[in-house]
Amino acid sequence: MFQSTEQNFRAARNEKVAKLLLGALTVVLILPVFMILTTLVVKGAPAISWEFLTTNPKDGMTAGGILPALVGTVWLVAVALVASVPVGVAAAVYLTEYAPDNWLTRAINLAIINLAGVPSIVHALFGVGAFVLFFELGTSILAASLTLAIMALPVVIVATREALQAVPHSFREACWAMGATRWQTIRHVVLPNSVSGILTGVILEVSRTAGETAPIMFTGAAFFLPFLPQSVYDQTMALSLHLFVVTTQVPGVPVAMPYGVALVLVAVVLIMNAGSIWLRMYLRGKKKW
Amino acid sequence: MSRDEERVDARDVAWYVDKVASTLIFVGGISAVVFIVGIFAFVTREGLAFVVGRFDFVEFFTSIAWRPTSLLRPTFGALGLIAGTAAVTGLAMLVSIPVSMGVAIYIAEFARGRTREVLKVLVELLAAVPSVVWGFIGLMIMNPLIIDVFDVPLGLGVLNSGLILGLMAAPIMTTLAEDALKAVPDSYREAGEAMGATRWQVITRVVLPAAKRGLVAAALLGVGRGFGETMAVLMASGHAIHLPTSVFDSVRALTATIAAELGEAPVGSDHYRALFTLGIFLFVITFFINLTADVLVRRVKKE
Amino acid sequence: MASDVPAGKEEVVSAPAEQNDAIEISVRDLRIQYGKRVVLRDLTLDVRSREIFAIIGPANSGKTSFLRVINRMDEFVKDMTFTGEVKVHGRDVRAWRNLYALRRRIGVVFPLPVGLPLSVYDNVAFAPRLAGVRDKAELDAVVEKSLRRAALWDEVKDRLKSLGSLLSGGQQQRLTIARALSQNPKILLLDEFSIAVDPVTTMRIEDVLKELREEMTIVLVTNLVQQAQRLASRTAFFYMGECVEIGDNEPFFSGDVKDQRTRDYLGGKFG
Repeated sequence: MFQSTEQNFRAARNEKVAKLLLGALTVVLILPVFMILTTLVVKGAPAISWEFLTTNPKDGMTAGGILPALVGTVWLVAVALVASVPVGVAAAVYLTEYAPDNWLTRAINLAIINLAGVPSIVHALFGVGAFVLFFELGTSILAASLTLAIMALPVVIVATREALQAVPHSFREACWAMGATRWQTIRHVVLPNSVSGILTGVILEVSRTAGETAPIMFTGAAFFLPFLPQSVYDQTMALSLHLFVVTTQVPGVPVAMPYGVALVLVAVVLIMNAGSIWLRMYLRGKKKW
Repeated sequence: MSRDEERVDARDVAWYVDKVASTLIFVGGISAVVFIVGIFAFVTREGLAFVVGRFDFVEFFTSIAWRPTSLLRPTFGALGLIAGTAAVTGLAMLVSIPVSMGVAIYIAEFARGRTREVLKVLVELLAAVPSVVWGFIGLMIMNPLIIDVFDVPLGLGVLNSGLILGLMAAPIMTTLAEDALKAVPDSYREAGEAMGATRWQVITRVVLPAAKRGLVAAALLGVGRGFGETMAVLMASGHAIHLPTSVFDSVRALTATIAAELGEAPVGSDHYRALFTLGIFLFVITFFINLTADVLVRRVKKE
Repeated sequence: MASDVPAGKEEVVSAPAEQNDAIEISVRDLRIQYGKRVVLRDLTLDVRSREIFAIIGPANSGKTSFLRVINRMDEFVKDMTFTGEVKVHGRDVRAWRNLYALRRRIGVVFPLPVGLPLSVYDNVAFAPRLAGVRDKAELDAVVEKSLRRAALWDEVKDRLKSLGSLLSGGQQQRLTIARALSQNPKILLLDEFSIAVDPVTTMRIEDVLKELREEMTIVLVTNLVQQAQRLASRTAFFYMGECVEIGDNEPFFSGDVKDQRTRDYLGGKFG
């Protein structure tokens, strides 16, 4: 391919340049993130205190804490999990254990990719049209969580599917040959050995749902509520929405407060994500076959 | 002996449980399709009256007069909004496609062992940052920065939200691009190196062309993400509805418009239905972007 | 007995009643396809009670597909269909309404050793539990008996709780046999069981099979001609989707074969 030494020399030098350039691009991507995180921590830490995390907002939300927002997010995430995990796991089981190679399976896969790609505001519109209005749930935790659940479904499906596919096919054949039904095989061998993979998906879903704002804005989350939610039919505050509110909707907020809220939200999300990544790596080491 | 078998051949509890289980699992299996169809159905349901009645194709696509709340003569020209979305997404892609591809190439072809693991983790964590936090960053950090550095009166606009959006879409594009590069068999690389080419030459002349489809799919999905992003754009792009002429101009995107106005539009009004129509528009566009990306990826898998 | 030439040429002649030769598996005009591709055609044979029936032949001759049909594992393979009649214990396998019950009565050993990711105990207790056995003492007895018969008991009796999937290859293959035996089957199907297993384990398993022959019918697919010679009472030679001929072992392996292809294969002319 290359004969002259001079061409070789130039090629080698091009390679050095390219390597440098790519490294620089990587830094360009990573560096702003570190700078932003540092700013968040530096400017937000002063606002964080035990009081911040455990009391209600005061003075028109210019002071006080974020407790109702935290509690609300927990509600929303929990209900969303309850709704989405069984359906997501079932969907993944169908795809790995039952689905024949036909148009329906292709449609399902396409639908999963699309669900993940639908703009969050469109999810919000759907939530309003379907849950708030059509099913008459009103603006409530239930409506908001169901909207979140549908949005986060692909995360659970993909993680579960990966875990199921990691179980060797020969295990299933050995069980079928002994006379086990598909369900017995799934229940006794396949699923128990996929739980940890499913868990990583669940943690990822938690992280995703905790951070979403648009889907809950019109379906159940409110700017300010003087009380904590008592049931799934109540409205609620939420951490993600609260960040939006104190940043853009409340005049006269001391600078540290929005940074504090942002810091809490980022911390929650990043810790969850890091946890999921760590779990995945830990599992890679603990091989059971 | 045949009678023995007849006695044994009875459908037992396990048989029925299996049938029930497979039905439930099937229902779960088609849920994704049901939901996607449902999303389209319900959004269309709310917006249909507008589309059928008040919708004026020419006005929608050619007029920047988006004045749904005007008492005298409400208009629904979406051109300004479309231009806003296009400008912001365009700038975002301009920034993030080269960066993502570069990082993907670095991770897939050059980085080794520990460095690679760390980089992949960082990219994954970057992808996890919620969009409202990005909007916050645009508003509180980028805004004053842009005002300072470029000496302009307002730091919210195309530049701000474009950069933020770029940072948001980059991790996904990086991960998908890296997958596409990893999918190229090592035998290709070995063949190139055996012919005396340097690493970089192997990459540009062998690996990248081979990964072309996957890379395009990655870029498409990044565009789709940028297109559909709501909170960050809402907070960082300003609020002026017009055709932008400079990167420092404020703009309004389709997604942000819905988010900003839905709360105040009375249910069932023209304004309300017009916002849902914007939703239909967004859904259809992202649907086709995802469809194209999926077709591309499937062709890659076939090879 | 001279060798029989099957398939449409003559009636299959069963041996005169020296033993009580019940027919365990009877096959008539079996034809197996994957989509449009025919992998086995016109198969007609009988497998008798308490014999080791070996099937030899080169790869892709239809041997494994034949085994799959017997316990209806074709259900789990895409595009696999078959026509013709296969009767197990006089009952057509297509007539079964509960295929799981059919499979519970037939033990299978695959080429690749499989230890399920359960404890050794649970591996062997799996099939009895499927059949409804709950009593701990009964399960203990079945587990021990199956592991003993599979020549594995001594090696695992002190670690019945350890993971079956972490045993060695040879142990996993014997574990598979133990699982099959725990079903108390009348028929045992083995598909090239020695491929992935060391020679010592192969010998031990062959000894196990010799003992089992007294109690059950064994169909042994193997690519080792000498293994068939050692173990079987009758052997069938499959070639390219056809059963070329079947013969009693003594005459078969001393060269008294009807078809030139069989002679070539036995002579090692192709493998």
